[in-house]
Amino acid sequence: MMASFAPFLRRPEAASIISLIGIVAFYVIIGGVDLVTLFGAASWINFAANLGIVAIPVGILMIGGQIDISIGAMIPAGSMTVAIVSGHFGLPIEVGILATLSLGAIVGLVNGLLTVRTTVPSLIVTLGTLVVMQGVVLAGANLLTGAASVKIEAPAWAKAAFGSLIGSSHQVIILWWLVAVVVFAFVIHKTRFGNWVFAMGGDLVSARNAGVPTARLTIMLFMLSAMSAAFVGMCGAIQFNSAQVSGGMGYIFNTIVSIVVGGVLLTGGFGSVVGIFIGTLTFAIVSQGIYFTQIDRNWSSLIIGVTLLLAVAMNESFRKFALRAGPRQATGRR
Amino acid sequence: MSANAPILALRGVNKSFGPIDVLHDINLEVRAGEVLCLLGDNGAGKSTLIRILSGVHQPTSGTIEMDGQSVGFPTPRAAADKGIATVHQFGGTFPLMSIGRSFFVGVEPTKGWGPFKTYDRKKANEIAVKAVQDFGITRIDDGDRLVGGLSGGERQSLAIARAVHFGARVLILDEPTAALGVKQAAHVLRIVNEAKRRGLAVIFITHQVMHAMAVGDHFAVLIRGAVAADFKKGEKTREQITDLMAGGETMADLEATIEGYMASHDGHPPPPSH
Ligand SMILES: Nc1ncnc2c1ncn2[C@@H]1O[C@H](COP(=O)(O)OP(=O)(O)OP(=O)(O)O)[C@@H](O)[C@H]1O
Ligand SMILES: [Mg+2]
Repeated sequence: MMASFAPFLRRPEAASIISLIGIVAFYVIIGGVDLVTLFGAASWINFAANLGIVAIPVGILMIGGQIDISIGAMIPAGSMTVAIVSGHFGLPIEVGILATLSLGAIVGLVNGLLTVRTTVPSLIVTLGTLVVMQGVVLAGANLLTGAASVKIEAPAWAKAAFGSLIGSSHQVIILWWLVAVVVFAFVIHKTRFGNWVFAMGGDLVSARNAGVPTARLTIMLFMLSAMSAAFVGMCGAIQFNSAQVSGGMGYIFNTIVSIVVGGVLLTGGFGSVVGIFIGTLTFAIVSQGIYFTQIDRNWSSLIIGVTLLLAVAMNESFRKFALRAGPRQATGRR
Repeated sequence: MSANAPILALRGVNKSFGPIDVLHDINLEVRAGEVLCLLGDNGAGKSTLIRILSGVHQPTSGTIEMDGQSVGFPTPRAAADKGIATVHQFGGTFPLMSIGRSFFVGVEPTKGWGPFKTYDRKKANEIAVKAVQDFGITRIDDGDRLVGGLSGGERQSLAIARAVHFGARVLILDEPTAALGVKQAAHVLRIVNEAKRRGLAVIFITHQVMHAMAVGDHFAVLIRGAVAADFKKGEKTREQITDLMAGGETMADLEATIEGYMASHDGHPPPPSH
């Protein structure tokens, strides 16, 4: 029994899978939720997809030993950029998309450069760019449009690609999320590039001395996370035909919880893309699934907190387990 | 290839950090297939010396020669490229990576082509496991195990095997046995002997005279940043080396001082001097 279970427990995503099963079981047994209703519902899946597209690159950045909280401002910045460029100024949507992704690339580049060129921790660097970008979005929207809310009417193809509903309720961004999971899981776990990310997060100096281009890699990961956040903001604007200057702050907390529940070590060097995916699902079910239960929704923060703590405790002990025993010994074959 | 020509030599090397002089006029040589033991009390400058050899620090004056040519190591990478491998106290690095993955960081084997070129886990594991087993560590047989799950001695061995595999000519070990028990330390000393047998030059830093005597061919004692003694295997006894390491004072003198102090201070030992 233990023999078939041990390799599973050693995987970074083991605790997140148990958390996911645990929370669904809790909602079914205590909350009286109907599984068919829960899995048929779009609300939490839409929530998970938007969150997940940001959580993957931020989680990979965390595996690489850094953190990015400026994503909280990059989401409204992304929606505002596409809305101002293609809505307010009426430029082609292609220009709006390009401008949005470029803004993400630039902010990510700044985050990355500041992190590798100074000794300031990336938490502080990205706190700085978070506040700066909030200001830029507020003042920029006001200056250019005179309003805090900007309308955008995207052409049919862009609407279909970034802001349509599949069936009648599932956002198309779910597909983007699934593609991102597959692509990043491949890159992180199957390529040299992925190995460098783990090495860098495990020991920056040793990785650099071993020939890993750590500065370039760090900058790239920061660019990826800022661009992903801008992308999610852009999809939202195209979906709802308008952009607001506010919102996005909740993503900071939500991504970090999802990533940590997903088994990524906060200090870097350990984790998996599948883990981040499952952590995001778990977080989405905990926070959105509660509406399908008979549990008073005021309890949801408590449940999130307990899930996080349990997941962290499990991650900790599974990691110890992974370190302690090699597969040979664990399966009892000496 | 003369067996006597040193691979690496320090000629009149000085190092100061601002106003603090840490190393004075260091002259040392290491040869292929020879272990140089660097001995000395805490703060004598041993780590500073090897940081110069591994490209972390630059000498304030003096030269480093490799194969008779004057060289500079502006970065750790530059030193590594010239075949100087440094293994740190805990065998370094990447405790949460698998043996195969950590072994090949930066030079991962791949298979496939173009954008689908993937990390070749099987090959990496095979080579890494074989490299350590060739050093006599047969207990490591699974390249998927995490490095952090190995014992201290096994981790040292892995790091040394890795350095040798990637063509290191000079192996620098900073107190590799300091945190290890008797058995584990013996393990590492055997690996050091194996590296030496394969023709590497080894610089071995330790506080334990027994460990030094077990592997050393050549000994240098640093006292306050200067080479106070430089001798070959068999030229000095264990007691003489111990006394040298204590900074010239003999162990007997030290004991007498402590006893004298305790006698006059109600049996309390003297406070530490720094
Ligand atoms: N970067 C630095 N700046 C200023 N002083 C330094 C620096 N690095 C080392 N020193 C000083 O140089 C002296 C020698 O230090 P070093 O670490 O080389 O000693 P060590 O022989 O390795 O000692 P130990 O046996 O405790 O490891 C110490 O007095 C230390 O304080
Ligand atoms: Mg030292």
